[in-house]
Amino acid sequence: MTAPSSPRGTAPPRPARGAPPRPGGTARARRREAAALVMPSLLPILVLSVAPLVMGIALAFTDARLVRRPDYEFVGVDNFVRLLDNSYFWESFRIGMVWAVSVTLLQLVAAMGLALLLDAGLRFQGLTRVLALIPWAMPPVVVAIMWQMIYSPNAGPLNAALGALGLPDDVNWLADFSTALPAVVVVGVWVGMPQTTVTLLAGLQQIPPELHEAAAMDGAGAWRRFTGVTLPGLRPIVASITSLNFIWNFNSFSLVYVLTEGGPGGRTMLPMLFTYLEAFKNRNIGYAAAMGMVLVIVVVLLLAFYLRSQFRDDREGKVG
Amino acid sequence: MRSLVRPAQYAALAFYVLFLGFPLLWLISASVKSSGELNSLTVSLLPQEWHWENYAQALARQGLVRSAWNSVFVALVSTALVVLIALPASYVLARLKGRVRTAGVGWILVSQVFPVILVILPLFLVLRTIGLTDSLVGLTLVHTTYTLPFALWMLQGYVSGIPVDLEEAGAMDGADRLTVLRLIILPLLAPGVVATAMFSFVSSWNEFFFALVLLQSPENYTLPITLKMFIGGEGKVALGPLAAGSVLAAIPSIVFFSIMQKKLTGGLMAGAVKG
Repeated sequence: MTAPSSPRGTAPPRPARGAPPRPGGTARARRREAAALVMPSLLPILVLSVAPLVMGIALAFTDARLVRRPDYEFVGVDNFVRLLDNSYFWESFRIGMVWAVSVTLLQLVAAMGLALLLDAGLRFQGLTRVLALIPWAMPPVVVAIMWQMIYSPNAGPLNAALGALGLPDDVNWLADFSTALPAVVVVGVWVGMPQTTVTLLAGLQQIPPELHEAAAMDGAGAWRRFTGVTLPGLRPIVASITSLNFIWNFNSFSLVYVLTEGGPGGRTMLPMLFTYLEAFKNRNIGYAAAMGMVLVIVVVLLLAFYLRSQFRDDREGKVG
Repeated sequence: MRSLVRPAQYAALAFYVLFLGFPLLWLISASVKSSGELNSLTVSLLPQEWHWENYAQALARQGLVRSAWNSVFVALVSTALVVLIALPASYVLARLKGRVRTAGVGWILVSQVFPVILVILPLFLVLRTIGLTDSLVGLTLVHTTYTLPFALWMLQGYVSGIPVDLEEAGAMDGADRLTVLRLIILPLLAPGVVATAMFSFVSSWNEFFFALVLLQSPENYTLPITLKMFIGGEGKVALGPLAAGSVLAAIPSIVFFSIMQKKLTGGLMAGAVKG
């Protein structure tokens, strides 16, 4: 699903009290009214998303199995201790990091290029904008089916094009141990580019043109203007879209599940696939919950670290 | 030097257009090719013959049509639920200040990075206890819950765009609050409601993970799950119908994104949707 980021910048003018005065309306009545309006939304969220999250954390400390008559007990941190020795899990974790970092970085670079082009006053911009949104619109399953056809070893257009250029044309992209992960990464970049492009484009259009003009007057070339004006202006947007992309990519499941099911030989076994299989194929949901928790904690820590370094740079930048 | 910049920019743009657009073009082309041509070594974008019967064959498959109806059911009902329960809450979220708003917006942001893998395990157990696994009703409730945060975000953006003065003017004229909401706010919110509804529909229509975990019997599969099973099974030989089914599955979302295109490029993320 898609995502929001910063709140609306332009609030309409409103009176200081924030709401129309009402004869006889007390603060308590207003609060009760607000609660009644919010309750229908709050209820499903509490029951079907907050409660399961709490239960999921509790589950990680049990030996629960996915069987008809579940009978499980508290086992303390046993699951986490076992997990330390599970080399398959850590290998999958490593693959997940390679996947998430490379998709996120490539997405950023590719989307930045496209956003700059779309902001450069070229022709065919409308058409390109529409095309650029296509990957966003496609159901993940259809994306996977589509790219399986592109990568098809015999009848695929990719190998045909390589053959026409005199390059090796018999690579089985999704089944070869060395090409499977890079091939899947390309699809990940394709899927995630539109959202990043749209976000960066919106950021580009907020940079006042006078800044570019002033820099040009001072004799700055295109590259100097990019590093001196554009990048600093985009800084907060880049930080937030990169963080969001990283989390989405690390949590991604459907695309790779349909493309390769984690194969060949586990080369594309993202941690979410690994955890899913542990829970619903091996039926060890307690153990799988522990895996899920480790993944969440690591991602949150990494992100906190990244955002803090961004924030610190910002402050130093202001001092310097 | 200067004269080289524009051509280079157009070349780069062409590369992007090719990269982004070609896969879909190829899928459409495959959907009208015969299976003989799809497996032959002469590869071309334009089909030698147009085999529209792939679409008929895809639609003739019992499973595909039934799961398309399942998808329509889940997407329509969850969309109706999302709009109904998000409307009042989004109004509060947009108009009230203080802790309620902070908590609400905070939750919406957290929900975007929600660890579904951790949630799905207990969710599965809970739904199984009340008999809602392998059930379209259960899946509908889950889709409703997980679309809700973003729908709230979209709608409250639209509400904030409506000046509070309008409500005050209505109150001055002696209308009570509910009348003001119904007669003044709701009509102005119509575009926002349409956009939110389309978003909810597409989210549910495209959704794969929850459906994969929660649905077990083929007669309950939604379209994405049926397509996934098709790949593993007959899809290997019936590539044409598989491509045709995939094109059909992609249509609702492509229609939505074409309609919303202006607003999306205007920055669904960088601000809020503008009415």
